[in-house]
Amino acid sequence: MIEIKDLHKSYKMGSNSLHVLKGINFTAEEGELVAIMGSSGSGKSTLLNILGMLDGANSGEYNLDGVPIKDLTETKAAQYRNKFLGFIFQSFNLINYKSALENVALPLYYQKVGRKERQVKAMSYLERVGLKEWAEHLPSELSGGQKQRVAIARAMAAEPKVLLADEPTGALDSTTSYEVMDLIQKINDEGNTILVVTHEEDIAHMCKRIVHLKDGVIVEDKKIDQVRAEQYV
Amino acid sequence: MWLFDRDLWIEIFHTLGKNMFRTFLTMLGVIFAMIILILLLGSANGMSNGFDKVFAGTASNSLFVWGQSTAEPYKGFERGRRIRYKIEDAEILKKQIPEIEVLAPRIELGNHRGVVTVYRKGQTSGSSVYGDYPEIDNITKKRLVEGRFLNKTDIEDSKKVCVIGEETYKLLFDKGENAIGEDIRINGVFFSVVGVYKPNNNINIDGENAVFIPFTTFQKAFNSGDRMGWMAIAVEPNTKVPVVENQIKDILKAKYDIHPDDERAIGSFDMSEIFNNISSFTNVLKGFSFFVGIFTLLAGVIAISNILLITVKERTKEIGVRRALGATPIVVKRQIVVEAIVLTAFAGLIGFAISVGILSILNSLWGSGKDFPFVNPMVSIPQFSISFLLMVSLSVLIGLIPANKAIKVRPIEALREE
Repeated sequence: MIEIKDLHKSYKMGSNSLHVLKGINFTAEEGELVAIMGSSGSGKSTLLNILGMLDGANSGEYNLDGVPIKDLTETKAAQYRNKFLGFIFQSFNLINYKSALENVALPLYYQKVGRKERQVKAMSYLERVGLKEWAEHLPSELSGGQKQRVAIARAMAAEPKVLLADEPTGALDSTTSYEVMDLIQKINDEGNTILVVTHEEDIAHMCKRIVHLKDGVIVEDKKIDQVRAEQYV
Repeated sequence: MWLFDRDLWIEIFHTLGKNMFRTFLTMLGVIFAMIILILLLGSANGMSNGFDKVFAGTASNSLFVWGQSTAEPYKGFERGRRIRYKIEDAEILKKQIPEIEVLAPRIELGNHRGVVTVYRKGQTSGSSVYGDYPEIDNITKKRLVEGRFLNKTDIEDSKKVCVIGEETYKLLFDKGENAIGEDIRINGVFFSVVGVYKPNNNINIDGENAVFIPFTTFQKAFNSGDRMGWMAIAVEPNTKVPVVENQIKDILKAKYDIHPDDERAIGSFDMSEIFNNISSFTNVLKGFSFFVGIFTLLAGVIAISNILLITVKERTKEIGVRRALGATPIVVKRQIVVEAIVLTAFAGLIGFAISVGILSILNSLWGSGKDFPFVNPMVSIPQFSISFLLMVSLSVLIGLIPANKAIKVRPIEALREE
């Protein structure tokens, strides 16, 4: 599903350049649940940005579901993001003046799905994250965990190939974190490919594979026995 | 067509509606600008209408010609010779200059602008007395309160009738007294009053203290023979008055042996000149109002752009999220531009409604045009459409500034955690 070969990325900082990613090789198959770990400055956010087409690499190859991702225009990148990727952010990034349902329907709007169909689809995803009753509520009326579940529903609404979660539990307490991880695991059980960036060990161990980044290279890439979050909920 | 996309409008009203107060403040500039523009235009129109009313009843394409004394000796004549026209001149001029539409000869009793004593039952008035043709009514319209103006039969039968002005009526008659059919005496000759006219809110060359009697009656009663005092002439609408004026002067100069370069011998007054001056004055006024109004509007639209710029800054994160979710730059841009258009158009309509209200209040207060020339102050549909169109196109151009700023923000920067 995801194929990365010899990916390099450096940022220009005045006259110096900061080499952040120094040749990343990485593949993820369909249905995988991968945790990307690393301390701050390890390059994990940069990697996620490149995977999310929010940023381009300097060199190397990136194929997503067989489609080469290279030299994208902003318009093309936006279309690919909409079609291939679902984002889950640490701070949820819901649009605060839109109801839960409207937030979930937003990616479908950009896919030019008709209004009726959009509502129905968005509602079914809200139902899947257990927030059907909260459909008409604004984000400000939801708890942190509920917000993240709305965000997950939104990420899934466009039926992307890959879900990218950037510290999805970073702003949540541990019980809520496990609830969110439980949801992510269940979504993964249905065959969705999910990448989770985290620095929390327990969250990482709820994935099926852990990739460790350090100073811009992958230092460890291991399959693990998944800890089910269900038992903590 | 995306313009009719219901979702786009829902998105836009959602965004604008979530902060009503800010939206309202944003619109204030354009509302005021529109009010100023429409008030200026409407007042200029009101003034123009007011002047039109002042001159209503006076043929704008007209001139008056009278005789003065020569300034140059010519063909054995000394300078200072008085030029006296003959009634036959009227026919000669009409025949030779086809552009003349109406030519009304007139003769005056006594000196020019002189006053004659008019008697009636012990009351007197010092009035101007004119011998006229009914055609004069086509050039300077008289507003009759009672009776009629002179007519063709009066001329043909040399009837001893007269039309008097309101001032003359007040001097000769008691208040409320019936004047029609009553006799007045001028130089020992009795004339029966057939009409009384009153001032009609416009320029009245003859004044209201005047007595009009048929030209032919004048000739017989006062022994004026074939003399003619002056001529009121209306020319065809598409002809320039000065052209005809020169032709007339040339003919008269030849006939009365006047030196071709003599500027004094023939007196004339071109009415159209006044009209042209006033209409160019009101046109300048209109142009100026439009100019000022449009720049005020520009300032208002720039204010909208400014607020949208702030809004874009505030919404950086939201726009980043939208773009991460698949909003293409053009979609983001479009939304902001349409927001600018909607704000401007809506504000413009509010401003328009308010200013039309103010104009109708002004109209009911001073719109009669009695005290000063100000009649029916209102904007025309083309004026409104042009200003509105201009405003909307300005808002498109100006909306592009915040829109471009919005898409310059890369989603990755927008999403960066603080």
